[in-house]
Amino acid sequence: MSGTFVGMPAFPEAARDAVRDTTLRGTLRHATHTIRAKRAKAVAEVSDWAALREAGKRIKDHTLRHLDRYLEQLEAAVTAAGGTVHWAADADEANRIVARLVQETGESEVVKVKSMATQEIGLNEALEAEGIRAYETDLAELIVQLGEDRPSHILVPAIHRNRGEIRDIFRSEMGRWGRPAPEGLTDTPAELAEAARLHLREKFLRAGVGVSGANFMVAETGTLVVVESEGNGRMCLTLPETLISVVGIEKVVPSWRDLEVFLQTLPRSSTAERMNPYTSTWTGTTDGDGPRVFHLVLLDNGRTDTLADEVGRQALRCIRCSACLNVCPVYERAGGHAYGSVYPGPIGAILSPQLRGTASDIDASLPYASSLCGACYEVCPVAIDIPEVLVHLRERVAQGGPVTRDGNKVVLRPARGHGAERAAMRAARWAFRHPGALRAGQRLASRTRRFHPRTLPGPGRAWTGSRDLPPVPAEPFRDWWQRTHGGKDGGR
Amino acid sequence: MRVALFLTCVNDTLCPDTGRAVVRLLTRLGVDVDFPMAQTCCGQAHYNTGYRHEAEPLARHFAEVFGEYEAVVTPSGSCGAMVRELYPRMGERARAEGRGDFLARTLAPVVPKTYELTEFLVDVLGVTDVGAFYPHTVTYHPTCHGLRALGLGDRPRRLLEPVRGLELVELPGADECCGFGGTFAVKNADVSAAMGADKVRNAASTGAEVLCAADNSCLMHLGGTMTRLRSGMRPVHLAEILASTEEEPAV
Amino acid sequence: MNSRERILGRVRRALADVPRDDSPIERGYLRRHGERTAEETVALLAENLADYRALVHRCAPDELPSLIGRLLTERGSASVLVPPGLDASWLAGTDAARVADRAGSTAHELDRVDSVVTGCAVAVAETGTVVLDGSPDQGRRRITLVPDHHICVVRVPDQVVSSVPEALERLDPLRPSTWISGPSATSDIELDRVEGVHGPRTLEVVLLG
Repeated sequence: MSGTFVGMPAFPEAARDAVRDTTLRGTLRHATHTIRAKRAKAVAEVSDWAALREAGKRIKDHTLRHLDRYLEQLEAAVTAAGGTVHWAADADEANRIVARLVQETGESEVVKVKSMATQEIGLNEALEAEGIRAYETDLAELIVQLGEDRPSHILVPAIHRNRGEIRDIFRSEMGRWGRPAPEGLTDTPAELAEAARLHLREKFLRAGVGVSGANFMVAETGTLVVVESEGNGRMCLTLPETLISVVGIEKVVPSWRDLEVFLQTLPRSSTAERMNPYTSTWTGTTDGDGPRVFHLVLLDNGRTDTLADEVGRQALRCIRCSACLNVCPVYERAGGHAYGSVYPGPIGAILSPQLRGTASDIDASLPYASSLCGACYEVCPVAIDIPEVLVHLRERVAQGGPVTRDGNKVVLRPARGHGAERAAMRAARWAFRHPGALRAGQRLASRTRRFHPRTLPGPGRAWTGSRDLPPVPAEPFRDWWQRTHGGKDGGR
Repeated sequence: MRVALFLTCVNDTLCPDTGRAVVRLLTRLGVDVDFPMAQTCCGQAHYNTGYRHEAEPLARHFAEVFGEYEAVVTPSGSCGAMVRELYPRMGERARAEGRGDFLARTLAPVVPKTYELTEFLVDVLGVTDVGAFYPHTVTYHPTCHGLRALGLGDRPRRLLEPVRGLELVELPGADECCGFGGTFAVKNADVSAAMGADKVRNAASTGAEVLCAADNSCLMHLGGTMTRLRSGMRPVHLAEILASTEEEPAV
Repeated sequence: MNSRERILGRVRRALADVPRDDSPIERGYLRRHGERTAEETVALLAENLADYRALVHRCAPDELPSLIGRLLTERGSASVLVPPGLDASWLAGTDAARVADRAGSTAHELDRVDSVVTGCAVAVAETGTVVLDGSPDQGRRRITLVPDHHICVVRVPDQVVSSVPEALERLDPLRPSTWISGPSATSDIELDRVEGVHGPRTLEVVLLG
């Protein structure tokens, strides 16, 4: 994934600073609570939401089961419609393909539609190294790019910025990239949007190459679909001579008809709209309308490894709506940067450790970045059981086991740093299999309760740093039960 | 009907008052309740921390201890969800790993007959007015596994509303997690504490004296946060409210 | 081995133990939400278009030229883009300079045109959406994108369907389509919706019937 995330600290350390940043907490709280209420309303409007969710899940599962067949069908259809299909096993290969295709046009800049896949592979940095400048055109991506920042949300990468911060970034940075911000720019959202319109207009009108991702690819017809709001997507998809779309292989759906499910569930789940302002569909190239040259780069980059895992493969159903981020109490407090990936929040916590593996500190800590409250699963429009996958990945980290990496089956060893926990879990399991031992422990705790401190040293501080310990009772319940014959002796 | 109380290891060790309350309540409602002394732990903490294989012997032990009863009642939404939702999944995983269906067959009998307390009262006994008296202002926090895994819905509310003397006030942001989350509370202590503090502030904003829930592990986290923040509220398990009567009020 | 073979091979190995699934997808969802008369469907379209800040007008066929003329005058439009197959009578009530939709026009040229008038392929009542598919009365995709003012004429009730599933049935996937629900907008500042970014900031929909 993007080099900008290499060497991230583990989630708890990264989250600690975010939790204490009161401005960030306020910004995230405001934004996520606003969208949460709106999404609930948009979903409640359709009486068959549960059936749409189930159908979306089934379409995706069916497609994933026959992914090879649908990818071949897609390739044939795109080619027949005048497009060229490329296959990229990993990020480096995808970046090399895109850089070469841009160089072949003779252009030295590209305009980009917001795309998770190109962020995941770090395309902008790779193009920069080849002397090609990539302009992000989505408003939030523009804010991130101008601020030399990292994205913190799937749908709204600049969600961690409030309107005042956005105004400051526009004022100080727009001039370095092109048309400066208007004089006297205020922080009203309408003015900020206008500033972005003016700044990007010249780039759209002169662009020779557009780079996009896609929300869906239809195998049967070779049609690609981009769902957006601002019109920057339409600009990039229709004005340049050359269009290059980089799309994860899991984005394929079998038929045109299948869009009827996702075009209902995606807008309501992401921006809480009945329908987003603009959706574009295109099939290869069209004479006299839009790009004359179309390239589709199909990206693996860990997806087939994820597909090999029986429990984890459901993460590939994801349609990148962000509903799970918006309802997540952990995301709301830790912020997106703590997840160390372009995929933050609950879906990121199950996607990143599968796409990248669990070798790094951050990836090994992500499965634990959840209280397993289940709010994410409840809102997911394709019913990904995120808590189930989180627990499955915890098992992979704590106990190791068979996984597929780069197409090869390997057996992971348990991650470092879990030795003490493993020993404690074994000891607890032993005690729980021996009620006598458990009882001895309970009694010891009760008899020494006067001497228990209110705060603990060492690892125990993780609890008592913010919470008092519960008092230990004079006797455990089982002693009372036995002493009073189940309360029949008056119960005292 | 032979009914077993599965109190949970946490309640047995740290919250015996809740256990006594369940016994009093069920006895008052005419249920002959037994506490099998061999019971220990359902294995939830092991399972959710990534030690599924360590949880398996505990699940088998649970099935042995409770297999012969007609119903198992537990005053814990999360331990109830462990048995009902995750035991079947453990069986499936063992099968997928080529270990046959022994585990699935062993666990299957206890799954449908394990009830969280409010389910047992409302669905099995068919009561909502349990004859309780509790003259306090109470706000109710639906814990996550009860709310989303078991789907307890309005059962706790239907049980609390008829309690005489009790004034029930709405908790803002009620369905948000309190931040306990088992080992999450220590592995991600900062986020957990922030969630707990927000929950306590929301609870305090209602003016209630008591924050009620049906899961003591969440209440321990919230209670510890309340005393630290000096919120002036106290956490009370739902069973203790329902057990309280005019003759024998809860302390 | 090239990457195509490598990726397809990985997919096949990943799924080697998974049973095939060729059963048809169960589609338990509705074809449309609620039963409505044609007139009610048109009314819902108008309501949902307006909800997302499109300006909605209704008129009879003989009133259309004067309505379009008035809308262009009120806007102060001196020039208007005209798709090749647009009914010429629609623009009989305006003096604005006609600019033809030509393959050779540059984006900069289009940027100097004030307005565009098009028909549509289908409109979706439940979502407040008009869909263009590049037919002769709608023109190339960019002519409805670069000018800041778009007047879209929907023939009611013939071109109006209730739902997204019904709209997809009417469209040919091989034609490029653009689904438009209100003027361009963004939710990128504090997840609050603001209208008016890169696409036309004013969308007027004329329900012609």
